[in-house]
Amino acid sequence: MAADFNWAVGGEAGDGIDSTGKIFAQALSRAGRHVFTSKDFASRIRGGYTAYKVRTSVDKVQSVVDRLDVLIALTPRTIEENLEELHEGSVIIYDGERTTMQDVEIPDEMIGIDVPLKRLAEEAGGAIMRNVVALGAACEVAEFPIENLDSALEKRFKDKGQKLVDNNKEAARAGQSYVADEYDHEFDYDLETTEEDYVLLNGDEAIGMGAIAAGCRFYAGYPITPATDVMTYLTGRIERYGGHVVQAEDELSAINMALGAARGGARAMTATSGPGIDLMTETFGLIATSETPLVICNVMRSGPSTGMPTKQEQGDLNQMLYGGHGEVPRFVLAPTTIDECFWKTVEAFNLAEKYQLPVYLTADLSMAVTEQTFSPDTFDMDAVEVDRGFVVDEADIDDHMSDSGGFQPHEITDDGISPRAFPGTADGAHMSTGLEHDEQGRRTEDTEMRVEQVDKRNRKVETAREREDLSPREFGDADADTLVVTWGSNEGALAEAVEFLAEDGIDVRVLSVPYIFPRPDLTEDIEAAENVIVVECNEQGQFADLVEHDVLERVDRVNKYNGVRFKADELADDIKASLAEGVEA
Amino acid sequence: MSSDIRFTDFKSDKQPTWCPGCGDFGTMNGMMKALAETGNDPDNTFVVAGIGCSGKIGTYMHSYALHGVHGRALPVGTGVKMARPDIEVMVAGGDGDGYSIGAGHFVHAVRRNVDMTYVVMDNRIYGLTKGQASPTSREDFETSTSPEGPKQPPVNPHALALASGATFIAQSFSSDALRHQEIIQKAVEHDGFGFVNVYSPCVTFNDVDTYDYFRDSLVDLKETGHDPSDKEAAKDVIFDSETEHQGVIYQDDESVPYHERHGVDEDMSVIPDGAPESATDLVREFY
Repeated sequence: MAADFNWAVGGEAGDGIDSTGKIFAQALSRAGRHVFTSKDFASRIRGGYTAYKVRTSVDKVQSVVDRLDVLIALTPRTIEENLEELHEGSVIIYDGERTTMQDVEIPDEMIGIDVPLKRLAEEAGGAIMRNVVALGAACEVAEFPIENLDSALEKRFKDKGQKLVDNNKEAARAGQSYVADEYDHEFDYDLETTEEDYVLLNGDEAIGMGAIAAGCRFYAGYPITPATDVMTYLTGRIERYGGHVVQAEDELSAINMALGAARGGARAMTATSGPGIDLMTETFGLIATSETPLVICNVMRSGPSTGMPTKQEQGDLNQMLYGGHGEVPRFVLAPTTIDECFWKTVEAFNLAEKYQLPVYLTADLSMAVTEQTFSPDTFDMDAVEVDRGFVVDEADIDDHMSDSGGFQPHEITDDGISPRAFPGTADGAHMSTGLEHDEQGRRTEDTEMRVEQVDKRNRKVETAREREDLSPREFGDADADTLVVTWGSNEGALAEAVEFLAEDGIDVRVLSVPYIFPRPDLTEDIEAAENVIVVECNEQGQFADLVEHDVLERVDRVNKYNGVRFKADELADDIKASLAEGVEA
Repeated sequence: MSSDIRFTDFKSDKQPTWCPGCGDFGTMNGMMKALAETGNDPDNTFVVAGIGCSGKIGTYMHSYALHGVHGRALPVGTGVKMARPDIEVMVAGGDGDGYSIGAGHFVHAVRRNVDMTYVVMDNRIYGLTKGQASPTSREDFETSTSPEGPKQPPVNPHALALASGATFIAQSFSSDALRHQEIIQKAVEHDGFGFVNVYSPCVTFNDVDTYDYFRDSLVDLKETGHDPSDKEAAKDVIFDSETEHQGVIYQDDESVPYHERHGVDEDMSVIPDGAPESATDLVREFY
């Protein structure tokens, strides 16, 4: 792999750190370099340390590393926060004329580049451009052609007029020339450019774009970090395709609006994070029992409760798998990379409609706020397929009527999938309900129909296991004794970790699993491996529990779910029957 | 829609399990008649029902319907209407559903002014759980969970609606069949969120707010010369705690419904087989 370069800009929230970092990332992307970004941020609008970090290479980069080559430090704390990542020869760009930076100490083994950012910015047209002066200085240090920065500045400011674009370009050049004139130091960096075309986007944006591509027309949500960007992305864009975004009064409302739109026949979605998932869980059973297709995107953050809202965690797996009273099937998809966020969103909509159930589409904070470069072909819109599942219209609805002439949206079928009729379809009027119901959707407490409906809903999962490709992504050494299993956004870091391990002579085989439920059967892979390690960003090892559960075959099960309690004589018979089966096996 | 629709077409084949004499029978009949009179049929109508005795209405009516989670009927109706502007949406629930667990949604549904009808079947009691105080129960109304009365004033739903920017506020009485139907019909025809609180007596658990009580005390706004377009006059009616009224209390003739303000007018159930045309533009934005 070609040498990577690690750069960051840090300061206080409100210093424009995000947009400064994004401009530099954009410049690198436009120069045909791969980019992978990360953010350190706090849950506040102003004040507090925040940083935007960029790792770049001409090769693909898919993780952050503990290394920083060039740091633009707007505050002393930015240096303190990054001391472990800075190394001998790291360059720190700062404004020694800024009151708070006057007494700043640059560690001996590092190179301090003192640039009067504010003064040069004022000369170029306004103090607000001081970060752009710093970007120009960084270009000089890294030997990165400044024309690429121009291109990113144009993209960022073109809507605000050419004058502003020109001022910013001038500010950047002021920073560049200042370093060239004042420092005759030879820096060892050479950020070469390539002819490659890349797009730069984060996980939330990929999910939003995937939703539009898949035909999602209705989004209701309530702002929450780190899922808000999905809503922000869709706002102003989904309308171009005949859709609409509603900011609901709370997550309870958001998911019920999405449910309503889905009952209306729209592809609908909501996105939230842990605290919102808790509220939405109220409606979850209704969605599943009424067999309504809905995509619920959960961009995970650190819990429990308010937890650490701007920090990474994959702690909601159990909540998504088991949340809600009673038992009802749901699918859980966890894209493992940013480009997969796009494709898994498309797939989530297809699965939701094919199997008429709620699909959790889960990303996590790291993935949501990380920007990464991809070839534009990665998002080939011609390859997007839309499968709406079993929808009937006026012509074929007669085949799905009860003897008394009512449409049967919960018809008992071999594959568990029943016909769906959108409102407006003649003779399709029917009830959908969270009550147990008969084939027509009418309330029932009939013990046999109860069992038939439960079995029918569960049969959809078996059908999906037969029909869908649930394969995990595999990499590393296929013959290695050590199997590492992971899910969600850890894939990129693990892919690069495999290379580090190989350098130390340790070979591993990796399975990165995007399907949490239904999921691939990993029994053979696990039994074939000498060591099995499950990697996930949580304390309890929720996915590890699932993996262990899947290879365990210890208990036989006696279940009853027709609404009537166990009776002693019946239970004795059940146990005898279970034992008899066990003997046969 | 077809002109030969009768209100009985909106009746399902399920026999209501409401207590004999329950106000909800009359409330439902008026809703069905109003829907039929306004040219709707079961296949272009979506009824959203809440939880409680009133929530059973979705089962007893025949239409596209959703019987949802307690208190969330309005958001569901909102979603249906936004996705399907061509569908007539009617939301029905009780006073608990609308003014207690769902009060937050009520305020915001009123603000949004989505073009749908909201019928609250107000019996001033929790019936299905066998008689506890509801948000509209009188301050001294004795129940199993409030032996000396709730000791807090009842919610004034009309005032809540007015304060939230309502464009249509009305009150009807389930037993005054013609008037009730007429008022619901006006709400259906209203260009925006048509809110009707219906006195729908509970004959089993509420011996105070009875048919006789409403028959004796109700003053019809049609007979008082009330002008529903006069907001100040509406305020006087709404804050007159001495009198029970029926009729259209307030109607904003200038009401601009949500879909017009936001340009939401497409049938969202219709989508292409693949990514929409020009979707590649979305990728280009990330260059």
